Amino acid sequence: MAIANLRIQARFPTWPVYLAGLLPALWYLYQAIYGDLGADPLKVLEHAMGEWALRFLILGLAITPLRREFGIGLLKYRRAVGLTAFLYVVLHLAVYVWLDHGLDWRAIWADIVKRPYITIGMAGFLLLLPLAATSFNAAIRWLGGRTWNRLHKLVYLAVLAGAVHYVMLVKSWPPEPLVYLAIVLALLGWRVWRRA
Amino acid sequence: MLLRHAPDLSEREVTPRALYLQRRHLLAGFGGLMLAGAGAAGAAVRSPFSTDEAPTSLKDITSYNNFYEFGTDKSDPARNAGRLTVKPWKVKIDGMVGKPGDYDLDDILKAVTIEERIYRMRCVEGWSMVIPWNGFPLASLLKRVEPQSGAKFVAFETLVRPSEMPGQGGFFKILDWPYVEGLRLDEAMHPLTLMATGLYGESLPNQNGAPLRLVVPWKYGFKGIKSVVRISLTDKEPRTSWNIQAPQEYGFYSNVNPAVDHPRWSQATERRIGDSGGLFAKRRPTLPFNGYADQVAGLYTGMDLRKFY
Ligand code: HEM
Repeated sequence: MAIANLRIQARFPTWPVYLAGLLPALWYLYQAIYGDLGADPLKVLEHAMGEWALRFLILGLAITPLRREFGIGLLKYRRAVGLTAFLYVVLHLAVYVWLDHGLDWRAIWADIVKRPYITIGMAGFLLLLPLAATSFNAAIRWLGGRTWNRLHKLVYLAVLAGAVHYVMLVKSWPPEPLVYLAIVLALLGWRVWRRA
Repeated sequence: MLLRHAPDLSEREVTPRALYLQRRHLLAGFGGLMLAGAGAAGAAVRSPFSTDEAPTSLKDITSYNNFYEFGTDKSDPARNAGRLTVKPWKVKIDGMVGKPGDYDLDDILKAVTIEERIYRMRCVEGWSMVIPWNGFPLASLLKRVEPQSGAKFVAFETLVRPSEMPGQGGFFKILDWPYVEGLRLDEAMHPLTLMATGLYGESLPNQNGAPLRLVVPWKYGFKGIKSVVRISLTDKEPRTSWNIQAPQEYGFYSNVNPAVDHPRWSQATERRIGDSGGLFAKRRPTLPFNGYADQVAGLYTGMDLRKFY
């Protein structure tokens, strides 16, 4: 890790990052309470939580390229970004099982096994579980840095699952999901290119 | 009671209501010609085809729309459709008809009776509304243009005008324009099949498909083609936009059917927009033919509706 040629090294503490990460959720909570989410509030929440999950996942993936290519040091905040992404995936899933499907587990299970976009989204969620569960210092010590690093490479698959999930669920071809997928592919492609 | 779309909305706005009603009666006296702002309260007679379920609010009906000509987000049409010019409006009627031609909408409306029809609307995406439409049966227009004996289908086309329909421009082409739809002739002639010109007694808002749109309440909402500029009678099954886009997901018939899932989601239940339960509202069961089975199931006897989805 070539820390030497960093041009910008952010030094502020991590708690503002956690706090900023909560803002979208709080904003939607506020709008939900005040009935400002329009005609179909459930879908607005479901989509918003999914989209913010994807955004934070992408942000997390961007930290290493930013460091290597532009000398911007944000490594310190990566855990905050990753955990925030996980929070939004959990909220997204909670909206889905609770508000969308009213905890009708049979319908939910049918959805998971029958609908490829749900299957893939679920795969994304499951892949993130061990990462969230090992996101504290003691876990890194238990696992050892190498194993921990290897394990956390699962995030590549999880982000890809999230982006593909989005592309699969839309009707026709609106640009947004394709733009997200393109960004994810670029960030993953960069890693392949760096290693080659 | 006959009701027709007021071509002179502005006059109605400046005319005191009592005077306006008086004038309407006068006009009514003269040869049964009735002019009415569809908006005159209490003027519309409820059709026996109307449901007595509570209508969805005007706000929800006019702010939550799928009208990809104005963008793919449900809030895009309300935001972008305002600048669509809907007057004058011509509808080309061609193909296998005795009286083809470019019909002015005003001319079409002169020959029909506007009714109020409160219909359930079930979107293929799994949500539903109850909408008080104003319009006339498509059958009355078709009869006027005299379908030829060989005609078996009706094809419809939406306006293409990228200068006023931002969804039709842009780098990403969301659909092949024009949006096209179709019905079998017997479906088109069915008394439930409506050409809507208004809702809640007012002119049709642009985002809902002004000035003229199709409403087929037993089919998924996307069959209800909006801002119609062409109606053609043919002997071949017409191509339809969503079928072209994803043939394995959207068939020609697209009758509401809880037993046939969309490949990506179940159609067994639906969310009623504006349900009093709010965020915690329960899904409700979706009914075969959207609850209109008594009237329309006969159109499909002997057909395998899993195959002809
Ligand atoms: C890595 C995990 C996931 C990510 C990043 C993700 C992301 C997204 C995104 C970006 C959207 C579209 C938002 C929009 O339209 O603006 C979405 C929609 C959706 N996701 Fe996920 N998702 C994930 C996991 C899941 C899981 C586990 C489920 C359920 C089991 C799920 C169910 C849905 C549903 C039902 C929709 C909305 C579909 C509709 O339009 O009706 N997602 N998700």
